[in-house]
Amino acid sequence: MTIGLQTAAYLSATVLFILALGGLSNQEKAKRAVWFGIIGMAIAVLATVAGSEVSMSSMLIGAIVIGAVIGAIVAMRVEMTGMPQLVAALHSFVGLAAVFIGINSDLSVHDFASEAARIIHEVEIFLGVFIGAVTFTGSIIAYGKLAGKIGGKALILPGRHLWNLVMVGGSLVLMLMYMNHAGSWTLYVMTLLALLLGAHLVMAIGGADMPVVVSMLNSYSGWAAAATGFLLGNDLLIVTGALVGSSGAILSYIMCKAMNRHFLSVILGGWGDATGPAMEIEGEQVAIDVDGVASALDDADSVIIVPGYGMAVAQAQQSVSELTRRLRAKGKEVRFAIHPVAGRLPGHMNVLLAEAKVPYDIVLEMDEINEDFASTDVVIIIGSNDIVNPAAQEDPNSPIAGMPVLEVWNAKQVIVSKRGQGTGYSGIENPLFYKDNTRMFYGDAKASLDQLLTQIS
Amino acid sequence: MRIGSPKEVMPGEARVAMTPDSAIQLQKLGYECFIESGAGLEARFSDADYQAAGVTVVDSAEALFQSVDVIAKVRPPLEDEVSRLSKGQTLVGFFNPAGNETLLELAKSRQANVIAMEMVPRISRAQKMDALSSMANIAGYRAVIEAGNHFGRFFTGQVTAAGKVPPAKVLVIGAGVAGLAAIGTAQSLGAIVRAFDVRPEVAEQIESMGAEFLFLDFEDAQDGAATGGYAAPSSPEFREKQLALFLEQAPEIDIVITTALIPNREAPELWTQDMVEAMKPGSVIVDLAAEKGGNCKLTVADQKVVTDNGVTIIGYTDFPSRMAAQASTLYATNVRHMMTDLTPEKDGQLVHNMEDDVIRSSTVTFEGEITFPPPPLKVQAIASKATPKQPEKTPEEKAAEEAQAMAKAGRQQTQLLVIGAALMALIGLYAPTEFMQHFIVFVLAVFVGFQVIWGVAHSLHTPLMAITNAISGIIIVGAILQVDSSIPIVAILAGISVLIATINIVGGFMVTRRMLQMFKKS
Repeated sequence: MTIGLQTAAYLSATVLFILALGGLSNQEKAKRAVWFGIIGMAIAVLATVAGSEVSMSSMLIGAIVIGAVIGAIVAMRVEMTGMPQLVAALHSFVGLAAVFIGINSDLSVHDFASEAARIIHEVEIFLGVFIGAVTFTGSIIAYGKLAGKIGGKALILPGRHLWNLVMVGGSLVLMLMYMNHAGSWTLYVMTLLALLLGAHLVMAIGGADMPVVVSMLNSYSGWAAAATGFLLGNDLLIVTGALVGSSGAILSYIMCKAMNRHFLSVILGGWGDATGPAMEIEGEQVAIDVDGVASALDDADSVIIVPGYGMAVAQAQQSVSELTRRLRAKGKEVRFAIHPVAGRLPGHMNVLLAEAKVPYDIVLEMDEINEDFASTDVVIIIGSNDIVNPAAQEDPNSPIAGMPVLEVWNAKQVIVSKRGQGTGYSGIENPLFYKDNTRMFYGDAKASLDQLLTQIS
Repeated sequence: MRIGSPKEVMPGEARVAMTPDSAIQLQKLGYECFIESGAGLEARFSDADYQAAGVTVVDSAEALFQSVDVIAKVRPPLEDEVSRLSKGQTLVGFFNPAGNETLLELAKSRQANVIAMEMVPRISRAQKMDALSSMANIAGYRAVIEAGNHFGRFFTGQVTAAGKVPPAKVLVIGAGVAGLAAIGTAQSLGAIVRAFDVRPEVAEQIESMGAEFLFLDFEDAQDGAATGGYAAPSSPEFREKQLALFLEQAPEIDIVITTALIPNREAPELWTQDMVEAMKPGSVIVDLAAEKGGNCKLTVADQKVVTDNGVTIIGYTDFPSRMAAQASTLYATNVRHMMTDLTPEKDGQLVHNMEDDVIRSSTVTFEGEITFPPPPLKVQAIASKATPKQPEKTPEEKAAEEAQAMAKAGRQQTQLLVIGAALMALIGLYAPTEFMQHFIVFVLAVFVGFQVIWGVAHSLHTPLMAITNAISGIIIVGAILQVDSSIPIVAILAGISVLIATINIVGGFMVTRRMLQMFKKS
């Protein structure tokens, strides 16, 4: 295959990738968009393999076949609730591959046209390995946290910002040494530093910020691919990496905006500092039993369901869907309100509800539905906490002050399905539970809903 | 312990303090329940109903008073009822302690513990036992129904073949629980409802019930939250303006429902004689404050009077009793909640915990002492005091602010562009051409990425993540290029890279497809 033909193939792959990402603007087009992506990837791989530099070796074919089988098995087996972990785990692979490719490039012999070209090449190796290594360990830690293998609480070491700075600074020094012919060991030491840095960064981020972390790692994996592209002088890698990198960055930005947080304060971990004691909460949590919920739903004309991570944990989406179906069959208006950071992945709730066959046109986002709570009879909150916390609007000293939240308390009645009286993932007290129109429906979300379903035919 | 309810002795009182339903709940608390024969008859609960619920029916009030430890009543007791109380016995019911000193003394001398339901503090925790609210709710509803009974027209406006009917105009004065209930009822019957209250903060509640708030522009508006949810007496200037507003409304209004009460005072006169005279014949006034002298001075308590100009004034004071079944159900539930709080262990043993704010406030005699009036609550909150409002911004100020923000954003963008251009120039100065070509591609791709991703639907963010993840597997191309290396370690590392990148690609795309196939339209 000639260079020209290969370039043409790369070009078409690039266009297909852009179409694949752009196609996700609505559900119907999205199904086609995935095919664009798949075809683009196939063209890219085939064009590379058929290129003059590569010969078909048994190792190459073996690696691809084995990888494809493993990938297919994983993709088929994964539960929809386990999606955040899977995505995080897959990111780590891209990071690791970038590290290997960078190190390989250092090991291979190169001729350079000029001194400047050599320096740029070496900077590229360093960048590629650095980003790749941070992505790799960061993703592994994120995977561990999301899968519950590592505690979700933020690990805050004393002087953690200093540690980060030292590690980044050390990597810079090593890069300068490397460019001055200090030898390959500088690259390996830097790799270790970057691995540490990645782990430390993500360890310091609490579970509630995970959606941002996952999309940030997504972005990193893109930049790692782009850096590799520079290294190998391959435009396809550059373009694709940049696409992925910028898409991840925007997603992170959208998430941060939804939480009214500064990007840096999320990445560096910990909540922003509150300026005073939190508002005292008065009153008590009033419990309600299944019969009470059933009769409240019976009397209601309009119902809004607000799902959160608790629904995912309890695997309650099927029960929610069944409840929705039965209420709709009785002629009640049932809708879903999704906060942008509900769950542990952007859009996590939408995927779970879709899995349970909840029609997507009754699943609305915060801005579309926030006005409607006032005219709603019953709001059912299933396993969400911070995203419905009125303290964000009422208490300027709350750690989440100013974060846009779903104004569920405006509804006539709010029913909160929750395991117990404790605070949520972020440990912030929620005054909603003490409001007069709030009733607490204690118990595991799935068990409670299944019980409720026996009362509603 | 044993709990029982006698038949109400007040003539015309049809309510009862225990229903078969509440008895079942009380038994769950560990109490044995008793009822005087025929106590529930007027509220449509027969003795057989009670027996079916496990309640022992007792023939006479005397026998009942002797056999139980706790007596639940509705109306304040009469003298001979109080004198039947024995030492240590508990009475739960309305008592009117502020206007009933002789009874209070009598109860004290009998060494009985009396819990007055009207003294339940108005805090959120105690709402479930707030019998005043549940009775007021009924009164508000019934007031509209009674008004409709004496009003000769439809509430709702209609255009029929036989002519056009204008909708009734209802004015509700005082938007407490009764007022809001009246607004809701009149509204759902189709009337045009207006409402007035001296507390401007209830405007929102009035509007939420669908009524129009008659706004009185007055400087010194008061905050009702400080006085326990009731309005405090208002200043003469305010009153004058208020009466002028009402007089202006009087000729148009068909039905007036007044609910203005000030604790322990005579009801304020709000609907004066000249307003009544200004009303159209056939109009109806329902005065829910009749018991305290009425908001209209022409009201006669417990009676319906018709004025010379044909306005009907209803002064009944027994609205809840007129809906005895409903009122009994709600009241019995309030009493039951009070008993729940008095029985923390749910073992049928009454624990009169005077440390508890709610129990302390509602207890008026305890162990031979008069404990009325209660000390102020430890928790003082009905509604937390509204934060002082920010002065509204004028449109000019808003426009100026927007312009400022725009200018700031513009400056920032310019700065960024300048810095970016300088950086580019710096790189271009030193970097070889080949690198610059890649760099152009890179920067353009970043921009394309930014533009494309903004359009992605919120709900598809997880599939987006999965597909970008799959696409980032493009790194496989780099690995493939290195697989043929003559250095063994390079070849092996590249081989591993190809393997894991493939997992990424295949896994990512398949998962994305799985997710997208689930999205279905209804």
